[in-house]
Amino acid sequence: MTELVKSQMRWQRKDLLGIRELSAEEIIFILDTADAFKEVGTRDIKKVPALRGKTLVNFFVEPSTRTRTSFEIAAIRLSADVINISANSSSLTKGETLKDTAKILEANHADIIVLRHSSSGAPQFLAERLTSSIINAGDGAHEHPTQALLDLYTIRSRKSAVAGLHVVIIGDILFSRVARSNIFGLLKLGARVTLVGPSTLVPREFEKLGVAVSYDLDRVLPTADVVNLLRIQHERQRKEYFPGIGEYIRLFGLTKERAKLLKPDCLIMHPGPINRGVEIDSELADGAQSVILDQVTNGLAIRMAVLYLCGGISGQ
Amino acid sequence: MNTVIRNGRLIDPANKRDEVADLAIVDGRIADLSEIRNPKSEIEEIDASNLIVSPGLIDLHVHLREPGFGWKETIESGARAAAAGGFTTIVCMPNTSPVADSPSTIAWIKDRAAEIACVHVLPTGTISKGLMGEELAPIGSLAQGGVVAITDDGRCVQNNELMRRAVEYARMVGLPVFDHCQDYNLVGNGVVHEGYWSTLLGLPGWPSAGEEAIVLRNVLLAELCDHHIHCQHISAAGSVRILREARARGVKISGEVCPHHIALTDDAIQNFDTNFKMNPPLRAQEDVAALLEGIADGTIGILCSDHAPHAQFEKEVEFDAAPFGIVGLETELGLFLDLLVHKNQTIDLPRLIEMYTVNPARLLQIEAGTLSPGRAADVTLIDPDLEWTFDASASQSISRNTPFNGWKLKGRAVRTIVGGQTVWKM
Amino acid sequence: MDGGAISRALRRIAHEIIERNPDLASVILAGIPSRGVEIARRLAGLIESLAQIPIGTGVIDVSMHRDDVGKRAELPRVQASRLPLPLEHKTVIIVDDVFYTGRTVRAAMDAISSFGRPARIQLAALIDRGHRELPIRVDYVGKNLPTAVGERVRLRLENVDGEPDAVWLIKEEKA
Repeated sequence: MTELVKSQMRWQRKDLLGIRELSAEEIIFILDTADAFKEVGTRDIKKVPALRGKTLVNFFVEPSTRTRTSFEIAAIRLSADVINISANSSSLTKGETLKDTAKILEANHADIIVLRHSSSGAPQFLAERLTSSIINAGDGAHEHPTQALLDLYTIRSRKSAVAGLHVVIIGDILFSRVARSNIFGLLKLGARVTLVGPSTLVPREFEKLGVAVSYDLDRVLPTADVVNLLRIQHERQRKEYFPGIGEYIRLFGLTKERAKLLKPDCLIMHPGPINRGVEIDSELADGAQSVILDQVTNGLAIRMAVLYLCGGISGQ
Repeated sequence: MNTVIRNGRLIDPANKRDEVADLAIVDGRIADLSEIRNPKSEIEEIDASNLIVSPGLIDLHVHLREPGFGWKETIESGARAAAAGGFTTIVCMPNTSPVADSPSTIAWIKDRAAEIACVHVLPTGTISKGLMGEELAPIGSLAQGGVVAITDDGRCVQNNELMRRAVEYARMVGLPVFDHCQDYNLVGNGVVHEGYWSTLLGLPGWPSAGEEAIVLRNVLLAELCDHHIHCQHISAAGSVRILREARARGVKISGEVCPHHIALTDDAIQNFDTNFKMNPPLRAQEDVAALLEGIADGTIGILCSDHAPHAQFEKEVEFDAAPFGIVGLETELGLFLDLLVHKNQTIDLPRLIEMYTVNPARLLQIEAGTLSPGRAADVTLIDPDLEWTFDASASQSISRNTPFNGWKLKGRAVRTIVGGQTVWKM
Repeated sequence: MDGGAISRALRRIAHEIIERNPDLASVILAGIPSRGVEIARRLAGLIESLAQIPIGTGVIDVSMHRDDVGKRAELPRVQASRLPLPLEHKTVIIVDDVFYTGRTVRAAMDAISSFGRPARIQLAALIDRGHRELPIRVDYVGKNLPTAVGERVRLRLENVDGEPDAVWLIKEEKA
């Protein structure tokens, strides 16, 4: 009967701004839709006409190759026309406001705007002002919903369910939108979450979000079903946050030695790009427990699902 | 034309008066009723039944944006907004363009105000040249030019040695030092209170310690230099604690509170609405409680708006990129009456009027804020129980950046009289 | 139409499929979710018991091939399509519950062709209610049910809806 009840749900959002605003049911709806789009990737013709005639603008006000490429391929497989605008080529550098630039995109009939921006809340800002669908491809340290969805999808496909799992997120949590979106999504789907990293980058305040905070990685690893390693951002390696890479690896790096503490079926995830030898030992990143490449492939299915669902809703 | 304001509840904290009485105005000055000798037909009679007759209110923290930023506000429009809010005297901050760090800019502001402003506009000068925090501004020349205080408001002198010398120098010329308390290293690029909401939303945090550290610094310097430092727009619980302790010891230190810091908390930022972005930021419930306590026990003696107009196009941007600040002249009295007197009963009406009149007047050493006979007839009539709704679109200010549009408030000014002339009336 | 009538209609379709497809081994029944899948499953069972030969089945979800994506206020669940591959030299019979405008069938044909190139595509439907908007015809039909445009055909199948098999014609009450 639960299956029957579940199938009653209809998707009604034109924007995907974050995971925090989604219900568990909506998250599962997206993951289920991604299953269907993953199947499209196995066909002779890997392209469906769902968004034919629609224009998608990849509007990246902060550089990113991976996410932009993933959205671009997803959009092409849905038959949308894709325009890429990056911070360098956009007029934002000429002093035009985000609102004006976006209004111009809309006036040019951009049906879907995929926005990457260094300011938290920028996608919501656009969504409140435009009829185009707004998809958040990462805003400041706020949310990166498609990354969290593809992480959840990867966990679900390997572990059958997310509920009851212990997921450990390691690294720079404070500045991480991936961490926040993952926390929101994992908690909604019933997982237990522990954050581990230097106290400067994993403040206790996060406990108020409903997660555990630990500074002792070795104590946490044996009970982990999933470890998600976040990239240590080079640009933030200012000396006031932690003393240096050597000490980081000593305390928080997933070394071969430390990996022995993991359960054999514990998944190792990383949103990329990896700093080999920093967050994770290079061999582990390519090892049997690693699902890092799965994440990339699943990202395509998730982004097709999100573009199909949000882009398929009439903005009027 | 002479005036008699009849039957109002006359509250004049400077003279410890709180009684129903008539108030006479002769030739623009407060007078004894016996001085009115005109025939009745030549006397303007104002019925103030059920109204408070207060000394004209003073807001010592206002940004009028001129010279330089006339699209946000002008001296003329800001003064009109002040009048509509019940203020007869406003003190304008020096972060204009050019910065008010020279007697010529001060002279320009004073000339402009004399020409066009409907209320008294008192300028401040900067502490440091160009607000750069590196060398002292010509504080003595500024004093001679007529500033009522020095402040780097909007910025904060980080160099403790420079601040010390500024306070010592200001003491010599008799000017109080106002300080916007913000430690740049601790605050970094913070835009919202560091706490639950900054953590949840991934917005850069502005920790309370960033304010408290400078308040503490100012206590030490006020003590060292034996001169008055006034801490502007206090927002954090720790700052109140530090001020309370220092004032108990007799240190010449004071603080002011703006209405938004008690009307709102940091959860208001969750939709990234930049009308809730101000500096210092909206803080947590514990901070609001501490501010109320500080107001109740007299630690905080002055109320003000930090009226900070910005154009729609400037505010309507990403949260990080938006300028700090909100307009406040037309809502502050209503908010404080509503919150302090009616809802929380933190203080009574005479205390509230004291915090808006005699207290700022004493700090600024100006002849205002009382209804003593002979003083300029600056009077505000207040209906403390009038229920009204703030409509930002009807504001006198050029800018509309307020989080209080549509708020229902109890109590407001209904008539503002400057030098015996009604400059605004509801 | 009650449960018995539905069973009889399906049995008739099964007979017709056997009659018209001498090479039953090359037939694939592709149901359109969700009731088309159930009907395909039942038809496969009937054909297998009548002809004693296993019949390939699949699911063909048409959501991402529809021509009205972007024009709706809400979207239903999409299911993964699944067909026994390869499709070359096969006869794919699209199975739907109610055959109406033809747009769903067009989308299904489009979807099938993204998996490969079958020898032929046919169409089976339990109900044909008319009102075609595209030049598409049905090959196997359980019952022709003349309707008005404002009317709705309500079909319930035990394994899908948790209610006994039944078909009703519902006249739209204008509020």
